[in-house]
Amino acid sequence: MGKTPLDLVFNIEPNVFVSLEEYLRTGGYAALAKSLSQGAELSLREIINSDLRGRGGAAFPAGKKIEMVRGNAETTRYIICNADEGEPGTFKDRFIMTHIPFQLLEGITIAAYLSGASQGYIYVRHEYPEAQGILIKAINQAEEEGLLGENIFGSGFSFHLELFSGAGSYLCGEETALLSSIEGKKGRPRLKPPYPTQSGLWNKPTLINNVETLANIPKIIEKGASWYRSLGTEDSSGTKLISLSGDIKKRGLIEVPFGISFAEIINDFGGGPKEGRKIKAVNIGGASGVLVPPELLDTPLEYKACAQAGITIGSGAIFVLDDTRSILDNVQNRLKFFLHESCGKCTPCREGLRQADIILDKLIAGQAGVKDVDTLTRYTGAIQEASFCGLGQAAGNTLRSSLTYYREEYLACCQENRKSAGGEDLALMEETA
Amino acid sequence: MNKMKIFVNGQEVWIEKDSTVLNAVKQQGIDLPTLCHHPDQRVKANCRVCVVEVEGVKNLVASCSTKVAEGMRITTNSPRVRETVRTILELIFADHPHECLTCIRNGNCELRQLASKYGVRDIEGEKANNIFPQDKSTPSLVRNPNKCIKCGRCAEVCHHTQNVGILYSHNRGTEVCIAPEYGKQLAEVACVLCGQCALVCPVGAIHEKDDTDLVWEALANPHKHVVVQTAPAVRVSIAEEFGLPPGEISTGKLVTALRKLGFDQVFDTDFTADLTIMEEGHELLQRMQTGKNLPLLTSCSPGWINYIEQYYPGLLPLVSTCKSPQQMFGALAKTYYAQSSGIEPKNIFVVSVMPCTAKKYEAARPEMNSSGFRDVDAVLTSRELGRMLRQEGMDFQKLTESEFDAPLGISSGAAAIFGATGGVMEAALRTVYEVVTGESLCKLEFSEVRGMEGIKEASVELDGKEIKVAVAHGLDKAKKVMELIQSGKADYSFVEIMCCPGGCIGGGGQPYGTTNEVRAKRIEALYQVDENMPVRKSHENPAVQDLYRDFLKEPLGELSHQLLHTEYRNRGLSIN
Repeated sequence: MGKTPLDLVFNIEPNVFVSLEEYLRTGGYAALAKSLSQGAELSLREIINSDLRGRGGAAFPAGKKIEMVRGNAETTRYIICNADEGEPGTFKDRFIMTHIPFQLLEGITIAAYLSGASQGYIYVRHEYPEAQGILIKAINQAEEEGLLGENIFGSGFSFHLELFSGAGSYLCGEETALLSSIEGKKGRPRLKPPYPTQSGLWNKPTLINNVETLANIPKIIEKGASWYRSLGTEDSSGTKLISLSGDIKKRGLIEVPFGISFAEIINDFGGGPKEGRKIKAVNIGGASGVLVPPELLDTPLEYKACAQAGITIGSGAIFVLDDTRSILDNVQNRLKFFLHESCGKCTPCREGLRQADIILDKLIAGQAGVKDVDTLTRYTGAIQEASFCGLGQAAGNTLRSSLTYYREEYLACCQENRKSAGGEDLALMEETA
Repeated sequence: MNKMKIFVNGQEVWIEKDSTVLNAVKQQGIDLPTLCHHPDQRVKANCRVCVVEVEGVKNLVASCSTKVAEGMRITTNSPRVRETVRTILELIFADHPHECLTCIRNGNCELRQLASKYGVRDIEGEKANNIFPQDKSTPSLVRNPNKCIKCGRCAEVCHHTQNVGILYSHNRGTEVCIAPEYGKQLAEVACVLCGQCALVCPVGAIHEKDDTDLVWEALANPHKHVVVQTAPAVRVSIAEEFGLPPGEISTGKLVTALRKLGFDQVFDTDFTADLTIMEEGHELLQRMQTGKNLPLLTSCSPGWINYIEQYYPGLLPLVSTCKSPQQMFGALAKTYYAQSSGIEPKNIFVVSVMPCTAKKYEAARPEMNSSGFRDVDAVLTSRELGRMLRQEGMDFQKLTESEFDAPLGISSGAAAIFGATGGVMEAALRTVYEVVTGESLCKLEFSEVRGMEGIKEASVELDGKEIKVAVAHGLDKAKKVMELIQSGKADYSFVEIMCCPGGCIGGGGQPYGTTNEVRAKRIEALYQVDENMPVRKSHENPAVQDLYRDFLKEPLGELSHQLLHTEYRNRGLSIN
């Protein structure tokens, strides 16, 4: 779709499945061979120099993370590919798994080699049975071809990879909850430190990376760090997969180089709002991202610029709301999602979201007052500032952004402001109507 | 250098490198609010009321789970921190029953204290509609899930300290609750009723079953002759119920207080502790002669008995058949004392004051009725006695001191140390040594079995023969010793096990605020009590000598077996 220039990292071709034969024919696994022959040090240097950052949402420098795992005295190490793509509105990892699975497997294998892991897991969300089937087949095939397993390419490097299915919990996408889930424990986040790079799966050093991050690696090794950096900007190198949806003409998955503005993404790739409609808000970064007003859409897709503008790139989901949408409905929808997915461990998330949900329901039903908006704002502060893990903090972020940019819409729902000119209570009239 | 420079509210201070922010700030004289934090437990960081600002960190950080770092700038008193803490407290309160006035924790609830401290005035949030039934299935504990704030302190002590693990966090999100498996009640699961959960609960979600009304009723009944016995541990902890520091010896005031409450006789469980040594000591000698059923395991801790009956029933033949001192006392009160005082046993009402919740269950065991009547009619925990004394308006500090009544109030120093881990072992060794060798011990203290170390071992030479003994406290440690014994890897002759950490002084019925630091102070006080006693060996207790001469005749004799010994059974994995 759109004007994707050729030769990026993923070069998305919808409806095309890249089989192992096809992948090998087009240069696949050359990067793994190169890594094994030039050695881990040199290859890791390449990743570090590429400035690749985690694409799951936290944007932690990927090379540094590998280096941290590699630096442990403990030699039993694990690698986990986080494919628990639970962020609503995000479907990039699914595409990689169902269309270019071998690029992912190659990336995982290289990362395993660089971090010194001999066992790996792909933690795939329960709701992706198709991706699970394809990956299991791909793993078997790679094993048969000697691309996984003992003594890969005769290098002496052995690596075993297994698929692990989640059970449907959103929170298990949080890396420490994911670890607990694989260990057979309740999927609740753990205290950090110690970080997984030091003490992860079964208390061993563990590299956990998102699907997209790992699938970047073969191209970086193959084409070099400077090629990769040339795709993006000084601040943010490479490309980003964007899951584009909502009230726009064209929806779908796109790959864009960093530096492009959100307005360009929405207008050039998404074809802009539907006829006669205007954009009211854009939800960037999935359910856990923020609501961004149209005035901020000229911000470039870049980590630093976005942070300054208060925008979370997150998983790279962009959901457009036009002027037919109610902000409160959107927030309520996402809040109910978080309420359902909260693990209940910490007070601000468990109790705060419960109360925020009650207030939002009241507001939408026209039964709340201005005081409730103030209370909601106060609770939002505690949820955002004091929650144990990213889930609660993100829920707080999303509430906060809506309260900052769309406070008028909240106030308009309050009983004080719903009186008609004649003084009748509109909420009551609706009920009796 | 082991210290680093940090800034607390702008002030430069030097702090030990590995400290948490919570402890670092505390050293500056600032107590941050906490609920899920407990000094003897692992960090949970669930409740989030201890949050502070750290410069350079976007969100607030939980001080309990954050370590100090060089140059860290911590702010504890900004409006942002204050507002957040108050809001979190408000959020907890929103789903907490507003029954503070009638709550058993009224006056010592940690949540309420914080709400008061932080000025929570309005609670805007709404209560969820789920009302859970209370669990009153055991004679020891009452669970009220409606009051639970999900801090996880109970589950942590149950899993980690006791390694029993019957309390779990269930479900997720707003449905989270901490309860036994599959919605069962305490009586239906392998709970040992130690009450450590109740001891660490910051609110009224789990507490001892209150038997104070039963005792008030008996005291008011003119037809009842009400006698009371107090466990060794209570004399060094009851003062804490009145705000005095831990480790205060208040035996004399305790006796006066009980007399003022209206008990007809104020006796001492220490008397039967001495008796236990006589019986158990001879049992040990007998088993050592036959070489059967060794090591002998002590039986005075009812939480421990509940544990072995459920978890290691195969080892029950090793357990001493001696009833606990509490039950021996009850049996004697309704036989020996009844006869000597000319009061009919049916009119005698025996109350015991215990540091323990499992004692309530023990007293209710159907087999504990040697006289034909219940040995012990009512068991009060230290906390319940505290409540009764306060209700009676007693100014504990101002009470004069008085002495226990004879003869069931006469005891030795050896009995006093029953309340501390290693105490039963030490008391037994003092007596067994002298009985076996016929010689006087020149040094009474067996320091190897003293202290808070979880498992302690010692060797003692008895008449040229060396015997090995072990002491464990806290069920996690008891489990380790049981595993050793079961696998044949232990060559102990005698093992003392106490269910609760620190022994009875750390029991589940003790005053709130019990920590390992407090336990150590209470233990120290008990050894002081021992040192101050004129008689420090159980077999030299003149009242016990009289008892054998006039009534029981000899240790392990027929009457002893009838009154002072009991049997155990495999209970499967539930106390019923």
